[in-house]
Amino acid sequence: MQLFLQPFSYAFMQRGLLAGTMVGILCAVMGTYVVLRGMAFLGDALAHAIMPGVAIAYILGGNLLIGALIAAAVVALGIGYFSRQGAVKEDTAIGILFAAALSLGVAMISSIRSYAVDLSHILFGNVLGVSSTDLWITFGLGFLVLSVVILLYRPFLVISFDPVLAATLRLPSELLRNVMLLLLALTVVISLQTVGVGLAAAMLITPAATAYLITKRLASMMVVSASIGAFSSLVGLYISFLLNIVSGSAIVLTATVIFLLVFMLKRGKR
Amino acid sequence: MTHTPHRLEVENISVAYEDKIVLKDVSFQVPHGARIAVVGPNGAGKSTLFKALVGLLPLRKGNILIHGLSLGNHKDCVAYIPQREEVDWRFPVTVEDVVMMGRFNTRGWFSPPDKEDREIVKRSLEEMGIFNLSKSSISDLSGGQQQRVFLARALAQEPHILLMDEPFTGVDINTQEATLNLLDRLKERQVTAIISTHDLNLAATRFETVLLLNKNIVAYGSAQEVLRQENLSKAFGNSLLVMDSGSMIVDECCPPVGEH
Repeated sequence: MQLFLQPFSYAFMQRGLLAGTMVGILCAVMGTYVVLRGMAFLGDALAHAIMPGVAIAYILGGNLLIGALIAAAVVALGIGYFSRQGAVKEDTAIGILFAAALSLGVAMISSIRSYAVDLSHILFGNVLGVSSTDLWITFGLGFLVLSVVILLYRPFLVISFDPVLAATLRLPSELLRNVMLLLLALTVVISLQTVGVGLAAAMLITPAATAYLITKRLASMMVVSASIGAFSSLVGLYISFLLNIVSGSAIVLTATVIFLLVFMLKRGKR
Repeated sequence: MTHTPHRLEVENISVAYEDKIVLKDVSFQVPHGARIAVVGPNGAGKSTLFKALVGLLPLRKGNILIHGLSLGNHKDCVAYIPQREEVDWRFPVTVEDVVMMGRFNTRGWFSPPDKEDREIVKRSLEEMGIFNLSKSSISDLSGGQQQRVFLARALAQEPHILLMDEPFTGVDINTQEATLNLLDRLKERQVTAIISTHDLNLAATRFETVLLLNKNIVAYGSAQEVLRQENLSKAFGNSLLVMDSGSMIVDECCPPVGEH
């Protein structure tokens, strides 16, 4: 038992676990909309689009998180703009913008000779390097996103399920969609530290996809998704500490195993 | 319910769909509590008219006024049931959840449904004969049942004006009856109903007013006035055959029937 609880005695481990759990819950809740609205590609794109933001922030000596947020917001709204113009399908718009952003980011980062932050940490997370300040920021922004999601639960439900009804009821659908995109951007930025840019998309999709298999209503899908997200983060982090592997991958693999188990169980029932 | 007349006024509107003008210079007025059948050949612009009335399509020209105010002033005045519901049938919602969405605007965004909302939803479900399906997922329903869910939602919205785009096309007899029952109930409540249909018999027998449309208004008035040879000729063109005996045959090729 002693051996089992040993990792938790370290402060950095405790911080990592708290940050990871928060991110797990956050991604899972926003992930509900990502899965239901077919925004998986978009979620992945936003994550990659962060790179130039981080690079510029580093060069300017500013806060990396803010740089990431601005980049994500720009790409999110840019995708909305391009696809609304009609000439380019949303899918294509996403592909173009995210590849450009990623390339720009990598180009910038690789050209900085004295880059102190490890590129692999940006790509795959460095949850064991979470400081107290980082933790406060994660929780603060996380609660902000969750509050907005709860507050706008009903309008988001209507625009997601039945856009025609939304128009009939005169809901500001465009505005609501943009708010959702910004929340998604914020979620991805907050996830930077625990799972990194490369795997944030997985945390958006996998827990929610699992919940989709076993729930009947949106609210319960969110709750189940959040629980799976939190659980995967806890277990994944623990494993990453024990086996000394990158935190992001351990968390995502845990979430994937859970998905596979649920999927098999469901098929077995039939 | 207020006593102001629920008037719908369409003033000289033109509506385009994908850059083509589908409706041109359409004007008509609908008095409080009227029941109107909109008929016309395929491509006449019936669906386009409904979409314009709900604000889904912009007007190239003209005005639409409800209770004397332009569209957008009324958040839940108009209920609209499109021909084919383009919703994700695997979305995690129950029948009750969908009908409750009809109560959305009366409560505002942030208040959860109250007792009155639940009562109205319950009543709407009962009136459409699907109360026993309240807790079922919409993915478990048959086509006819799905149609009734959206009818129940329109009822729960307590609209002043109800628009239905071809509710009788491609549905089973029970659902057709349920829809006609709904229309009778709405008439009692003085709700204005505007329904498009290909069923000219139905239009002639169950509706006091008929609007014959083909890009613009061919005729508007009682079924007797409207469904006359000269009007039908103008609207249906060569699809209409007049026999020596005086009877008329319309051969209209209907669009393919959707799954639900």
